[in-house]
Amino acid sequence: MTEWIKDVEPLTLKGQIAVPYTWWVGETGSRFLVSIRDKQKILGSKCNACGTVFVPPRKNCGRCFVDIDQWVDIADEGVIEACTIVHYSHPVQPVKPPFAYALIKLDGADVGFLHIIKKDLNRIKNGVRVKAKFKEERTGHILDIDSFELI
Amino acid sequence: MDKAAIVGVAQTKYERRKKDQIFADMVFDVTRAALDDAGFSIEDIDNVVTVSNDFFDGRTISGMAVGDASGGQDKNISTVSGDGTFGAFYGLMRVLSGYKATLVVAHCKGSESSAHLTTNGMFDPIFHRHLGIEAISSAALQANVYMNKYNIREEDIALVSVKNHGNAKNNPYAQLPMDITVDDVMKSRKIADPLKLLDCCPVSDGAAAMIIVNETMAGKGKKKPVWIKGVAHCCEEYFLGDRDLANPTALKSAARRAYDMAGIKRPIKDIDVAEVLEPFSYMEPLWLEGLDFCKSGKGSELLKDGVTVMGGNLPVNPSGGALSANPILVAGMARIIEAALQVRGEAGARQVKGANTALAHGFNGPCGQSHCVWIVSGNK
Repeated sequence: MTEWIKDVEPLTLKGQIAVPYTWWVGETGSRFLVSIRDKQKILGSKCNACGTVFVPPRKNCGRCFVDIDQWVDIADEGVIEACTIVHYSHPVQPVKPPFAYALIKLDGADVGFLHIIKKDLNRIKNGVRVKAKFKEERTGHILDIDSFELI
Repeated sequence: MDKAAIVGVAQTKYERRKKDQIFADMVFDVTRAALDDAGFSIEDIDNVVTVSNDFFDGRTISGMAVGDASGGQDKNISTVSGDGTFGAFYGLMRVLSGYKATLVVAHCKGSESSAHLTTNGMFDPIFHRHLGIEAISSAALQANVYMNKYNIREEDIALVSVKNHGNAKNNPYAQLPMDITVDDVMKSRKIADPLKLLDCCPVSDGAAAMIIVNETMAGKGKKKPVWIKGVAHCCEEYFLGDRDLANPTALKSAARRAYDMAGIKRPIKDIDVAEVLEPFSYMEPLWLEGLDFCKSGKGSELLKDGVTVMGGNLPVNPSGGALSANPILVAGMARIIEAALQVRGEAGARQVKGANTALAHGFNGPCGQSHCVWIVSGNK
């Protein structure tokens, strides 16, 4: 009864969804990104209940379920806590592979900060110290930090 | 918890690309097959939960597109956009709140979009998405933390891939049954250190369905009911840097709650077989630790000691797991279905002899941000 199926040419239809979004960065996120843009300084926020220093800064602490209103200066250098060298490419990656992702414990913070490392990939490993390299032209974007570099 | 049971299950064969079937075709097939398996007709079903993801499907309110195919017309139907274990959890909640029979059906065609782009979309758009991070690179970060913390070698996690692809040879639904060696995994293409191609799941198309019923309806099916003894899920922090990626706290919490419900005291002794969602090889030992089958850092020793192989004390992923077929979202439901087949004694060549209590596990979010644990049994 369904013999005809064998003779059907399977067609495909190409499509793409490109919907523009304009996300409000929020009060806390805006202050963080403006500080990077204008002063090349990384800010965190500290929960007064548990003492955790978050970077990027948060407006609330999910652990204690309280507001956070204390700002803390965070260093632009710290220690790699996790890393991976990426060997494949896709269109959202900011640079061509190979490059690395790292979770970096910046001095003064209690959580890992996710960013990329472009150089000295053969020398990166957990425990190594790295420093932020800021872009010359900054727009208030997470990639105003171009990448982190080994110290 | 009131008594509830799984009475009908069905899966498509999982394949790299199902050229001849659209989403609705797959959903219709598994819906009808699950009804046949239960000995039910569509009139016996009084509500439907579909499981799909709008980004993967390329349409919004993607569940609505399979309403007809899932027998949802004139019924209460809604959608879970998350792993199938969570969709099944919602289906169970509906039965516990008064419905008599929920059909839960999950579908995904990984072949039709880009997993890199869609999984990049799960990350924070302001701080993380522009870095290009997605499912594979975030998993690689977790593997790096976990393996460094406990001195786990790449060969140790490669062995998971060897086991699961080998197990898949006994599963007619699996996409990648393979005879491979640790050496094959080690020599496969580097993806994101320490993960290599054969440490990673394939891109898959497929669908699966299950019917969850109350105690009265359970007696009306044609197959032995698979009783739901314990279920729980739990979530942890969103930002990767906030979490200890080597310590799956949400999984530990979900497991403890599910075990308490099911009266499981010593998981390694009380559970006969486990199906866990491991799209990356390192995840299997890490989740086994979170599930309290062993101490932290000792998950890979369970495999080396032969505990988790077929014939061991606790076979893990007799189906071949997600490494052998990973239709995203469907893969978690497949874990429950495989657990149910084991309890029924209908798992064919992959049957664990005498299995009566089985665990199924799934997760949502990068690096297992949220986990769902199921305990099912042949005992009422």
